[in-house]
Amino acid sequence: MSATVKKAGFGATLWEYLTTVDHKKIGILYLVAGMFFFILGGLEAMLIRIQLIKPDNDFISAQFYNEVLTMHGTTMIFLAAMPLIFALMNAVVPLQIGARDVAFPFVNSLGFWLFFFGGVMLNVSWFVTGAPDAGWTAYAPLSIFSEGHGVDFYAIGLQISGFGTLMGGINFIVTIVNMRAPGMTYMRMPLFTWTAFIASVLILFAFPALTVGLFLLTFDRLFGANFFDPSMGGNVIIWEHLFWIFGHPEVYILILPAFGVFSEVVPTFAKKRLFGYSSMVFATVLIAFLGFMVWAHHMFTVGLGPIANSIFAVATMAIAVPTGIKIFNWLFTLWGGSIRLTSPMVFALGFIPTFTIGGMTGVMLGSAAADFQYHDSYFVVAHFHYVIVGGVVLGLFAGIIYWWPKMFGTMLNEKLNHWFFWLFFIGFHLTFFVQHFLGLMGMPRRYWIFLEDQGLDFFNLISTIGAFFMAAGTILFLYNVVVTQAKGVKVSGDPWDARTLEWAIPSPPPFYNFKQEPLVRGLDPLWIEKTEGDGKIKPAEPLGDIHMPNNSFVPFMMSLGLFIAGFGVMFQGSYWILAVIGFAITAGSMLYRSFKDDLGYHVHKEDLEDEKGDGSNG
Amino acid sequence: MMKGWMSKFKAVFALVVLALVLSGCGEPFLSALQPKGEGAEMIYDLMILSIVIMLFVFVVVIVIYTFVIIKYRQKKQDPDFIPKQTEGNHALETLWTVIPIILLLILAVPTVQYTFALADTSPEVNEEGEEQDSLWVNVTGAQYWWHFEYDGLEVSTSQELYIPTDRRVYLSMSSQDVIHSFWVPSINGKMDVNPTGNTNEMTLLAQEEGVYWGKCAELCGPSHSIMDFKVVAVSPGEFEEWVQDMQQVTGEETPESATAQEGQELFADNCMSCHAIGADPNKIGPNLTNFGDRTKLAGVVDYNKENLVEWIQTKGEEMKPGNHMMDAGYELEDEEAEKIAEYLMGLSPSDITTENAEDSVYKDSDLSSLFPEEEEEEGEQSEDEEDGEESDEEGSSEDEENDEE
Repeated sequence: MSATVKKAGFGATLWEYLTTVDHKKIGILYLVAGMFFFILGGLEAMLIRIQLIKPDNDFISAQFYNEVLTMHGTTMIFLAAMPLIFALMNAVVPLQIGARDVAFPFVNSLGFWLFFFGGVMLNVSWFVTGAPDAGWTAYAPLSIFSEGHGVDFYAIGLQISGFGTLMGGINFIVTIVNMRAPGMTYMRMPLFTWTAFIASVLILFAFPALTVGLFLLTFDRLFGANFFDPSMGGNVIIWEHLFWIFGHPEVYILILPAFGVFSEVVPTFAKKRLFGYSSMVFATVLIAFLGFMVWAHHMFTVGLGPIANSIFAVATMAIAVPTGIKIFNWLFTLWGGSIRLTSPMVFALGFIPTFTIGGMTGVMLGSAAADFQYHDSYFVVAHFHYVIVGGVVLGLFAGIIYWWPKMFGTMLNEKLNHWFFWLFFIGFHLTFFVQHFLGLMGMPRRYWIFLEDQGLDFFNLISTIGAFFMAAGTILFLYNVVVTQAKGVKVSGDPWDARTLEWAIPSPPPFYNFKQEPLVRGLDPLWIEKTEGDGKIKPAEPLGDIHMPNNSFVPFMMSLGLFIAGFGVMFQGSYWILAVIGFAITAGSMLYRSFKDDLGYHVHKEDLEDEKGDGSNG
Repeated sequence: MMKGWMSKFKAVFALVVLALVLSGCGEPFLSALQPKGEGAEMIYDLMILSIVIMLFVFVVVIVIYTFVIIKYRQKKQDPDFIPKQTEGNHALETLWTVIPIILLLILAVPTVQYTFALADTSPEVNEEGEEQDSLWVNVTGAQYWWHFEYDGLEVSTSQELYIPTDRRVYLSMSSQDVIHSFWVPSINGKMDVNPTGNTNEMTLLAQEEGVYWGKCAELCGPSHSIMDFKVVAVSPGEFEEWVQDMQQVTGEETPESATAQEGQELFADNCMSCHAIGADPNKIGPNLTNFGDRTKLAGVVDYNKENLVEWIQTKGEEMKPGNHMMDAGYELEDEEAEKIAEYLMGLSPSDITTENAEDSVYKDSDLSSLFPEEEEEEGEQSEDEEDGEESDEEGSSEDEENDEE
C-alpha cells in the first residue's frame, strides 16, 4: 500500500493521515499536533512575560491574564508535552522492541484523534465566552464559580483528550508486554522502552483520578451537583486530592520518557554501554512507585496537619535517591567514553546540570515546613519549569532531533540545532533562575501585576528578556525543520552509529518495519552485531507473509462525535440536539466497527522479496 | 575523592556567601530572606540548611560532569576508538545510593521538627512557666480583601492587621468564597484560607516593629494579585492602647466638619448594608472602623481622596477588577462621594497608627488588661503588678478603664 505510493497528491496524503493506523504515521501526527500546541502555549507564555516586564503593567487585563495563564499550563502539559511524548513513543517503541506495530493499531489512531479533538475543543473556548480562568489546577470552588463556559471547555475538553491518553497508555503496556521480538527479554529492553512502559503504567493508574475529578466538576457546573460547593455541604479539598493524585504521577509520566531519551542518547554518543543498566531500570520503577505516594506535597499549606505533612515530606525527599542514581549513572556512562558533541548529546549534557538544580529545589520544596514559604510563589514556578522545561522539553528536543532521521529519513541541520540549543538553554536559565529569588522575595505565582517599590522589578525584567531568547531558539528550530524537509536529503538507516534495534532498518522504515522478525542477542542488539557479528541483525524467522491492519476513518468519526456532543452538553437548551447528533455519530461508528469484520490484509512473501534492498535487518 | 576538610571548608564558605547573597534580596517588609518573625526565621534556617546540602551535591555533580566532558571527548587522531563497555560498579552505585540517603536524613529530621513546631497553636508560656492568654484573631478571606476579628475583644478591622510584637498571635482562618492563602513572608510562611468547614490555624510572632506586606497566594480570581494586606506590628503597650481605642468605637461618633457629617449620613444611607464601623459583625464588605489610618486604599492603591472618590464612583471596577462592590446598587453624585470620602478619611479612632510601627518607641505590656475575665478566674494578680513597673504610665489607668466596661 502506502510504501509504494510516492509523491501522492495532497488530498491522498491527507486522507492517508486521517485514516492511518500505522504507528509511525500516528507518531508524526502526534508530533505535528504537539508542536502546534507547543507554539500556542509558547505564545501564551510570551504574553505572560510581556505583561510582567515592568511593575503595574496594563498590557493585558486581569481576566484575560488568568485565561492566558490557565491555558498556558493546560496546553503545555496536556496538549504539548503529553502528545510529544506519545510522538516519540509511537515512532520508536515498536521499532525498539522489533514489533511490526503496536498491539492495537485502531485504538492507537483513536487515541490520537480523541486527544486532538479534546485539544481543539479547549482552544475553541477562546472564541466562545472566553477561555478557562481558574488555573490549570482548576481548584474548586473558583472553578465552580467561574463565569462563562471557560471551565466547561476545560472539563469536557480534557475529558475527551484524557480518554485518548488512557487508551494510548493501555496500548503501549500491551505492546511492550506482548510484542517484543524473540530474545528481547525485559532486561534487554532499551531504557526508552522501559520508561515508556512505566509511564504507560502510570497513565493507567493516574488518569482515572483525573477522569473522576473532571466528571464531578462537569456535574457541578452543568447539572447542579454540589460536590465542591461549600455552601451546599460540598468539600473543596476533595478536588485538590483528586487532581494531585493524578497530577503528581503526571509529572513522572512526562519526565520518565525524557529520562529514557537521555539513556539512549548518552550511550550512543559516548560509545559506551549504559552504566548500571539494571539500577537504571530499578530507579525508574521506584520513582514511579514513590510517585503515587507523594501527591499531598502539593497541599502542604492546605491544613492537613503536621502528621500528614511530615509523612509526605519524607516520602517526597526519598524520590531524590533514585533520581540521584540516574544522574550518576549518566555521568559514569560518560566516564571513560568517547564523547561526540552532536546536537542531541548537547541537549543531554545541558539537561544534566539543569535537572540537578530542578531536583535540588524539589527536595527543598519537599521540606514541608520550608514549603510554607515556597508554596505558590515564583520559587515553585522556577522549580517546575526547571523540571518540565529543563527535563522534559530538553529531553523531547533531544529525542526529536535524535530520531528525526528515523521518522523522516532526513537529518536536521546540526549547526542550526546547536544555535537552537544555546539560545534556548541560555534563555531558559535567564528566564527561570531569577524566579527562584522572585519567589523568596515575596512574589506569589499567578500574579497579573506586581507593584512598584517591592524590589521585584529587575528580576522580572531579566526573566522576560530570557523568554525572548527561548522564543528565538524555537523559531530557529522551526526554520530548521522547514529547510531540512524542503531539501529532503535522505540519510542512511543508522546515521548516528547507534546501538539499538530501530537503527537496524532503513530510515524511514518500510510500513511493515521488519521484513523478518529480528533475533535479539542482548542489550544494545545492533551494537552487539556491530562488534561481534557482521553488523546486521539476524532474522528470527524465515521470510513469510506479513499480516497488516487496514486503514480506518472510524477513529476520526468517533472522536468527532464526542467533540460535537461536548458542545451540546455544555450549552444545553436547544443545543441538546448537538449532543444527540454527536453521540449518535460516536455510537454509530462504534456499531459499525463492531459489526463489520475487518481482518486486515497480507503483504505477500513474493512482494517482500521484490522490495528494493533488504528492507529489514540492516 | 574530596578530603574531609575541603568539603567542610566549602560548606562554611557556601553558607557565608549564601547568607550574604540572600539577605541582599528583596525588601525587608516583604522578603522571606530577611525574616522578622519567629516562623520566617525557623524556615530561613531550614532553607539555608537545605541549600547547603544541595549545593554540596551540585558541586559534586558539576565536578564530575566537567571532568568527563573535558577528559573523554572523542580524540581526533583516533575516532574509531571503542571504549570499554562497563556494565556498572556495585561499590560506586552503593555509594551514590547511601550518601544521598544520609544527606536527606540530615534534612528530614529538622523538617519534621519544624513542621510540628509551626503547627503548634498551644498557649505561650512565660518565663515563670505560666501559660499566657492567647490572642486569637479570626481571619476571613474574601474576594479581594481580608477581615480580622479579634476574638473576645469586640474589635474588628479589615485590610490592616494590628498585632503586638514579641507575642504570638493566633490566627483562625476561613474564607467566605473561594480558597485564598494568607502569606506574610517576613513573619511566617503561608496557610490556605478555605471556605466553610476547613478552618486553619497558624501563628504570627513579629520580632520587630514594622508594617509588613501580606499577599494572597492562591489564585482567587482576576484581582488575585492585588489582594494585598498589611500586618502592622506595634509594641505590646501600643497594641493594648490601640485595642482599647478601637473598642470605644460605635460608629455613631459625630465627625467635626459639617461636610464629614453629611458624609456620615450619606454613608449610613448608601453603604451601611455592607460596611460596618465598629465591632459590628457585618462583613459583606470591609470593616472601615479605622479607615482614616489605612496606608493603602483597597490594599494597593495610593491613599488619597481623589482615588477614594474614584473608587466609590467606579466601584473599583478598574482598580480591582471583579470585586463584589460592583454589585452594590448605590448611585451617588460626585459631591456626595466626596463627602463620604471626607467622612471616611476622618475615621481615626486611635492615636496608634502605622507610624507607631515605624518609630522606635517601645512600650511593654503583657496584655493582661485585654483578658480581664480569665484573670479573675485564675487569679493571676501578681503578673499584673510586675508588669505595671515595666510598662509606662498609661498602662495601669487603662486597666481600670477596661475593668469598668
